[in-house]
Amino acid sequence: MDAHIKYRIGKSSAFQIVTILFAAACVVPLLAILYYIISAGISKVDWNFITNVEKPVGEVGGGIAHALVGSMLIILGASVIAIPLGILCGIFLSENKKSRLAYWSRLSVDILQGVPSIVIGIVAYIWIVKPLGYSAISGSIALSIMMLPIIIRSTEETLKMLPDSLREAAFALGVPFHRVILKVIVPCGISGILSGVMLSIARIAGETAPLLFTAFGYQFLSTNMAKPMETLPHLIFKYAITPYKDWQDLAWGASCILLLWVLLLNIFTKLITRRWKVQL
Amino acid sequence: METLVDNDLIARPDESLGRAFSAPKPKDAAKASKRIKRSHRQIRTETFFRRSLIIVGLLMVALVFAIMLTLIVESIPSIKALGAGYLWGKTWDPVKDVYGALPFLMGTLLTSFLALLISVPFSFAVAIVLGEYYPQGWLSNLLKNMVELIAAVPSVIYGFWGLAVLVPIVRTFETSLGVPPMGYGIFSSSLILAIMIIPYAASLGRSMIQMVPANLKEAAYSLGATRWEVIRSVILPYTKSGLFAGVLLSLGRALGETMAVTMVIGNTTLMPNGIFSTGNTMASVIANELGEADKVVYNSALVELGLVLFLVTVVINMIGKKVIGKFTNE
Repeated sequence: MDAHIKYRIGKSSAFQIVTILFAAACVVPLLAILYYIISAGISKVDWNFITNVEKPVGEVGGGIAHALVGSMLIILGASVIAIPLGILCGIFLSENKKSRLAYWSRLSVDILQGVPSIVIGIVAYIWIVKPLGYSAISGSIALSIMMLPIIIRSTEETLKMLPDSLREAAFALGVPFHRVILKVIVPCGISGILSGVMLSIARIAGETAPLLFTAFGYQFLSTNMAKPMETLPHLIFKYAITPYKDWQDLAWGASCILLLWVLLLNIFTKLITRRWKVQL
Repeated sequence: METLVDNDLIARPDESLGRAFSAPKPKDAAKASKRIKRSHRQIRTETFFRRSLIIVGLLMVALVFAIMLTLIVESIPSIKALGAGYLWGKTWDPVKDVYGALPFLMGTLLTSFLALLISVPFSFAVAIVLGEYYPQGWLSNLLKNMVELIAAVPSVIYGFWGLAVLVPIVRTFETSLGVPPMGYGIFSSSLILAIMIIPYAASLGRSMIQMVPANLKEAAYSLGATRWEVIRSVILPYTKSGLFAGVLLSLGRALGETMAVTMVIGNTTLMPNGIFSTGNTMASVIANELGEADKVVYNSALVELGLVLFLVTVVINMIGKKVIGKFTNE
């Protein structure tokens, strides 16, 4: 064979090997993080860790019960606000593909998706915390703004893919508009909508920045949504930057739980979407 | 008078229909009125449903406007007191009421672009491997899902891991280079950011590369091109706007990322002098100081940083979306 051709083939395979190596290298940090967080955190997690609240430095047996409860409540609050609004808006966008309002609405959702989470935190701080003081509900509102674009997008994309004949068949039977949507269109697209909802919950479960000056953090177990509340990511942030080993241990255990929680939600969503053959 | 009658008919079409059809048989009157009531309710519900859809659509537009308006209104005190020089001032000293945002602008730009520089080869490699070399198979599926999981890990966990693992490694690296070994700083933040933003450019690039028409590639192969030559002279030129959009989206993420950066950048308000010095980004200074900013101008100066961040990310994302839209339409 010609030396030049050999050179070209060699160059091609060299590039292929280098590319594959680079791509494989991307997985290394992820595995390192998973391994490190889980191996450092899993030993801190036991029954006391889940059921106790945090204790001062020097006392053993502190836990993260207050942060777990707080995270759940704040996520619940955000879901209650964002899920109905998001699904309705997704329906609106998929039903009105070409109207002017839909164009602006879609643009707004796009903008909202790109807004940094800290900016949403500032806005929630100005709207709610400045007049009313730190509260869990302000954290919920900040997080719900972050959930909206994800739910809207997945709802819109799912419903757009349903065949028009489905809708037309229902209309031809004389079914009113709202029943066509609620009884025919939404049930057909429910898998896509649900996976969008789960994805959005997975996204906000680890958010810290919008909670810094809204839910603020609290060292006791609290279920009062009008008062400050601790959350898992905020607890990690608070204790990761302290020099005390007891508190850092709390943060390691909490990171382990948060990481597993978020990853399981993500993997679960993936499995569902594959099972139901949803495209997101 | 005529218009009145017309309105009546439009408002209650079912009633008039019901009257017309059920009038001859008095036996069915009760049944008919029931039907009329039901269809009335249905029409009302339908109108209500349609209206609420439109209201929700409007709400999204209103939300974005409200966010922008709030940021602008709240930063008016600082714009009035500090003027445009705010963005070029080099010192940030809230105690003496001196506010200059240049150190944070520099910090944000340095960390984001350094992170892009590091991450782009990796995300393009992933895009090429998944889009061209191995589009199918369990191994590429695994790689794809793993890369997507990188985006799922909460940023506070990246920060904690960076604090515990990456900072000491960077410190040893800095010692061997002979610069002051702090470990914290712009370089560490860029490394963490680079990991975090790999998935955005990678997944967009992959879908773009998969959209390259097969006949273009086959034409090149039939002329005797090697795989590398096909990638370099067919695939990359064809997808370059899509790859560019992916890089823009990554940049948008990097600019606004807060927690991971706050935890490893060192949080000093001095002007960064090089990539190994400590610093602060716009997002991290907001995260650190907004809760404690008691003075009106101080608070408003921080909100103004948020406004700048908002506008920059909106513009970057809009350009990215436009480029993607153009690409997919063609």
